[in-house]
Amino acid sequence: MAQDGNSGTDIAAADSSSTGHGTEHAVGTAVVARDAVQNPGFPPHRARVTDLDPKKEKNAERTVYTLFYLSIVGSVLAIAAYMAFPIIPEDIGSVRMNNLMIGLGLALALLAIGIGAVHWGKALMHDQEGIDMRHPVRGSEDTRARAVEIFDEANRESGFGRRSLIRNSLIGALIAFPLPAIVLFRGLAPENENPVDLLKHTMWEAGDKLARDPSGLPIKASDVTIGSVFHVIPEKLASVGHSEGYLEEKAKAIVLLMRLKPEDLVEDEDKKDWSYDGIVAYSKVCTHVGCPVALYEQQTHHLLCPCHQSQFDVTNHCAVIFGPAARPLPQLPIAIDDEGYLIAQSDFREPVGPSFWERH
Amino acid sequence: MNTVTAPAEPRPAVPAKKSGGFTAAASNYIDERTSISTAVKELGRKIFPDHWSFLLGEVALYSFVIILLSGTFLTFFFDASMAEVHYDGSYVPLKGVEMSAAMASTLDISFDIRGGLLMRQVHHWAALLFVASIGLHMLRIFFTGAFRKPRELNWVIGFVLFILAMAEGFTGYSLPDDLLSGNGLRIIDGMVKGIPLIGTWTSFLLFGGEFPGTAIVGRLYSLHILLLPAIILVLIALHLLFVVVHKHTQYPGPGRTEQNVVGFPILPVYAAKAGGFFFIVFGVVMLIASLFTINPVWNYGPYDPSPVSAGTQPDWYIGFADGVLRLAPPHLDVVLFDHTFSFGILIPLTLVGVFIMLVLFYPFIEAWITGDKREHHILDRPRNAATRTAIGAAGVTFYAVLWAAASSDIIATHFKLTMEGVIHTLQVLLFLGPVIAYFIAKRTCLALQKKDRSIALHGYESGRIVRLPGGEYIEVHEPVDDFERWKLVSHESYQPLMIRPDSRGRITVAQRARAVLSRWFFEDRIDPITRAEIESSNHH
Ligand code: HEM
Ligand code: FES
Repeated sequence: MAQDGNSGTDIAAADSSSTGHGTEHAVGTAVVARDAVQNPGFPPHRARVTDLDPKKEKNAERTVYTLFYLSIVGSVLAIAAYMAFPIIPEDIGSVRMNNLMIGLGLALALLAIGIGAVHWGKALMHDQEGIDMRHPVRGSEDTRARAVEIFDEANRESGFGRRSLIRNSLIGALIAFPLPAIVLFRGLAPENENPVDLLKHTMWEAGDKLARDPSGLPIKASDVTIGSVFHVIPEKLASVGHSEGYLEEKAKAIVLLMRLKPEDLVEDEDKKDWSYDGIVAYSKVCTHVGCPVALYEQQTHHLLCPCHQSQFDVTNHCAVIFGPAARPLPQLPIAIDDEGYLIAQSDFREPVGPSFWERH
Repeated sequence: MNTVTAPAEPRPAVPAKKSGGFTAAASNYIDERTSISTAVKELGRKIFPDHWSFLLGEVALYSFVIILLSGTFLTFFFDASMAEVHYDGSYVPLKGVEMSAAMASTLDISFDIRGGLLMRQVHHWAALLFVASIGLHMLRIFFTGAFRKPRELNWVIGFVLFILAMAEGFTGYSLPDDLLSGNGLRIIDGMVKGIPLIGTWTSFLLFGGEFPGTAIVGRLYSLHILLLPAIILVLIALHLLFVVVHKHTQYPGPGRTEQNVVGFPILPVYAAKAGGFFFIVFGVVMLIASLFTINPVWNYGPYDPSPVSAGTQPDWYIGFADGVLRLAPPHLDVVLFDHTFSFGILIPLTLVGVFIMLVLFYPFIEAWITGDKREHHILDRPRNAATRTAIGAAGVTFYAVLWAAASSDIIATHFKLTMEGVIHTLQVLLFLGPVIAYFIAKRTCLALQKKDRSIALHGYESGRIVRLPGGEYIEVHEPVDDFERWKLVSHESYQPLMIRPDSRGRITVAQRARAVLSRWFFEDRIDPITRAEIESSNHH
């Protein structure tokens, strides 16, 4: 019978009762059957073929060292591949080859070590199971008593419990000292800006030309045919550099422009003059959590947000008709200038994008 | 080292090491300075039980090591900056395009550094495997009841690791600053803004100003390579320390008891198998990384708030969070006291939050219901804990529906269904599915218990029909031997709690709640077999 190095307990002598270590704990609502079936103890050990047949053992040994040698081959191949398959600038095929060949070499190196080691462990190493005895996780009664005693002594010697003024002031100090660290994190955002103000405005102003995204070419009303859709940015966005907030401005100012038959539009009285001859402009930032609402279905006049499938009805001021968005897409009031270019009448009249606490 | 760890048992004499050999001298040198022989004595022969399901945690550990190795390689080349550059690398379609240094350096890793693409792909595939293996490992722990005393705290540590792994994955996914990762951050920004009171400012602080800003990649980088890995490392160490302290659980089997642990010693067998297994996992990840592309950021291009392509998917483990957002009904903004409550975001977040809390605290809930204060080291076969298994099935179904919801558009286009139909079906399934799964799992467990019972008492149906002299046909049952039978009969069962008034003659609300839960858990129960039953069946 196998034995274990730590405890030296014989397997066959294993105790088979299933409760407690002498210390009885509450069993709760468990039913501890009095005549439960007895643990039959360990079944007889079955020898492996490699234990019985020296030829098989030899074979296994050969397999293991062959695998380890193969692993060396794999490592060498990976290094060779690094040199033999360099990346040739602007040649994607060479990148693929480089990736594949180095990878295959490494995979061989790794897998051969792994399979060899496992095979060694399974086929050749001593295969009798051992046992460890368990002990309750809690410390022994003596240990626990001594721990309590130590705390008592420490308490007595320091006066932690007795000198309550010292103790309480210390606790207060320990609570207070991390607070400055939290305050320091205010510096994560700019000091003199307020997100609420920023979120309530975009860069659109009266007279700004509507331009194509990304070319920045202004759009004439006559360019916009019925059924077409334009991805729009303010013309002046082009003059904003990347370090001056190009992406931040763009993230709020993007617009979708569509032309419908004027009779298809159902417009509120007070917003009648926000469109021009069936041309309407809406914020492209989804009112759900802010993805660009990029898909337009001509037949149904629905806008679809690809992120969570909110749908907006363009004929009806982009009201939400399906999906998790809560509010219509804000409309950008537009007009045309003397040359026939589409321009904004003003900024959006409400914040664009996802809802936020101070939105109202 | 052999002499140090030789077992107490007389063995075919191990030839005593020549004293004065290099190994002996080196061991002596180290031991005199570190007392390492104590550690070898304590741990070298520690027993680990063997079972395939115990490998899941190992896969998680090994994929983390792979991630550390490949990630460290990436840090030497990756530039976590959002400064704008004109790309001038080898990938022709993006030449001259303005993008952040982060994106450009990711492209350089992919196209200009030999083996760089391989390491990126190893890192990403290992990340996917890491989260997957933690998830499966957790399911193993749950369904076998390995979270019971004394391992409740280790369950909590493990679950926190699962959450942190997802956070690591998300922060990593966001680093290259490509179109998809920027879009993911956009969604996070929108969700954060929906949190009452603190949302707007939280987003502002997170992004260092308005979205997207120029700070987020650098900040996520600190989290991704410093803070989160450090926390994960410490928690993994603690997790494994607890495994050593508690000793590993084992499946029921002949000779295995609550007082022992049966298996192979660390040295040499377990070390060979587990060490070898590390290389196998690494090798498989390497093979996948050399054959299959993952996250081809060059196809997506740099982040721009305007374009987006339909049908793009986040990494699999983020799916449930994306899915839950999709299932919220429309028009849920409410303005109260002049402030906006975005219930379209709050309801999904709360739902997921409650789910996470239930999983996190499950061991304590079950312990409270059973009132069982004993240590449990023998695993339950899932069928023998029918209600727990059914709860697990319900939880898995809930998660699966959320996960499916993240692909609602793909499901709709692939199966030619309407978007509305798919979402409404999933909305119903989110609540109905777990209930159905619960009942199916519970009934299946009870049926399996009955089958075990009949096998233990009457043996297997052999499929051999014989005709008795009287002309009657019977099927011959092969008896099971004692060793096989032990697996079938060695579990305990619980009975529903009877409420009794406490010492002051009162029945507390908590007690009443516990009784209700206990009845729910243990009402349908099948008694384990007793010796008397076996004896009486033997007489037939
Ligand atoms: C459990 C932990 C981790 C997970 C789940 C994880 C996951 C990821 C993922 C999914 C990416 C995106 C890769 C891509 O496709 O481009 C990534 C990028 C990256 N990770 Fe990790 N990671 C982890 C830990 C680490 C650690 C510890 C380091 C460094 C020591 C690291 C360094 C990096 C770097 C430098 C990048 C950016 C490089 C690039 O995008 O090509 N990661 N990580
Ligand atoms: S962001 Fe548009 S539906 Fe979610």
